[in-house]
Amino acid sequence: MHPAASIITFTTLSGLGFGLLVFLGLGFPPVEGLNAFIFFAVAFALAVGGLISSTFHLGHPERALKAFTQWRTSWLSREGWAAVITLSVMGLFAGLIVLFDLRIAPLGWLGALACLATVYITSMIYGSIRSVPRWAHWSTSAMFLAYALSGGALLSGQVPAAIILLALTGIGQFVAWQAGDARFAASGSTAETATGLGHIGKVRLFEAPHSGGNYLTKEMVFVIGRKHATKLRAIALLLAFAAPIVILLLPFYHMLAALAVLSHLCGVLITRWLFFAEAEHTVSLYYGRSAAA
Amino acid sequence: MTELPASTMKKLGLVIDLDTCVGCHACVTSCKGWNTENYGAALSDKDAYGADPVGSFLNRIHSFEIQPETGPAQTVHFPKSCLHCEDAPCVTVCPTGASYKRVEDGIVLVNETDCIGCGLCAWACPYGAREMDPVEQVMKKCTLCVDRIYNENLPEEDRQPACVRTCPAGARHFGDLGDPDSDVSRLVAERGGFDLMPEQGTKPVNKYLPPRPKDEQIDVLAPFLEPVAATPSGFLGWLDKALEKL
Repeated sequence: MHPAASIITFTTLSGLGFGLLVFLGLGFPPVEGLNAFIFFAVAFALAVGGLISSTFHLGHPERALKAFTQWRTSWLSREGWAAVITLSVMGLFAGLIVLFDLRIAPLGWLGALACLATVYITSMIYGSIRSVPRWAHWSTSAMFLAYALSGGALLSGQVPAAIILLALTGIGQFVAWQAGDARFAASGSTAETATGLGHIGKVRLFEAPHSGGNYLTKEMVFVIGRKHATKLRAIALLLAFAAPIVILLLPFYHMLAALAVLSHLCGVLITRWLFFAEAEHTVSLYYGRSAAA
Repeated sequence: MTELPASTMKKLGLVIDLDTCVGCHACVTSCKGWNTENYGAALSDKDAYGADPVGSFLNRIHSFEIQPETGPAQTVHFPKSCLHCEDAPCVTVCPTGASYKRVEDGIVLVNETDCIGCGLCAWACPYGAREMDPVEQVMKKCTLCVDRIYNENLPEEDRQPACVRTCPAGARHFGDLGDPDSDVSRLVAERGGFDLMPEQGTKPVNKYLPPRPKDEQIDVLAPFLEPVAATPSGFLGWLDKALEKL
């Protein structure tokens, strides 16, 4: 799949933002006053900024409000509702703390739960796409939630929790990559089932419909960079998990904490790029690209 | 509404005969022509005469080589357009309700004024039947020429999809696949019509007819001919030996 910058930014930033809001909602740390304002401002900037960037890839962003209508069937529509409801609940929770020094803990718990639900719904936009076997698996949602929680723990300065969550997410990501590599073959879709001609023999694309590219090949038959996938995976694991964990184990300095966050952010951006670039769509079978390409 | 209808009154669709298709691309051209001049946003091209042309099409012809375990390979021309699936995944993912499946005839359509151009429906389609128009930035797909098949301003013989009407080989058939007695349903039953990627669970309405088996014996007279001698004799035999010795 084509790794569009707007969608990579969206899932990375909003995941981090909602992850931070989970911890703030649960009262870790129990912020107040100016400190609360700064923490919530960062969280909202990440979550809202991510959501805004997701509209950049729309052909007609001026019609974006129509996307709230089909929540009965569409995970993308549900995502819009979940984000608005969650940000409203957390906005109220944050506003009361910052303006009136009033902390309504159950409201924060509700907000934290809504944040996790929003991240889950975002993940299901991808997890529900059956034509991309690598995504159509529960591990897609599990990893989105794990990234949000480990990033949130890191941003909210919960050092022991962050170390454990980062380590678990890193191991989970490694396993998810290994399992994901075999999923297209396991889906049973081949050039033979795509054409229905497997009863005659082995099917191979002889001539493409046209000499150039098209929307489908650009959007869904993206193969650039897959040859560097192994190196990129290693770099991503190093930046997103290993480096922040090492930094967190060192004595605390603000600059070091910022470095850990920056390293994690870069690592997550690479994993999200791989999430799209490595995802094989069944339409590639009509364009002579095997699952292994 | 992006909820799929539990059932449709008709299942209009295409039956494509892979035995007959000659791969001339006439259906591609007529489709592009009709759907550029009529219903909905025109099917645009970008950089049409430049180095990197790209454009939207609702129908494309692939050609595949099939290599049996023994014997020579075979070429099959393979037209591909929207299959108007009963369980159309492209419809349910649409966040705006622009995509819908009609209850009266099962055609899957896009209401272009509601489309935000998010592209999720194109991702959800396993077959690559939907393409974003590069100029209008709305999703385009086969309408089964909904503006022809019911169009009483056209002569009756033209009230079928442009691709079917134009096919010079008679490889494309249009009709109600929900009616077991229709011409297309009988054709599917007789010729063993099949679904593309049934494992994706989309229940396509369009069916494909397989190429007929090749004749085992191509030339009926060949067996009666005198076999060519493996070892030449007479003058040719002498010449062969003489050349060997040189």
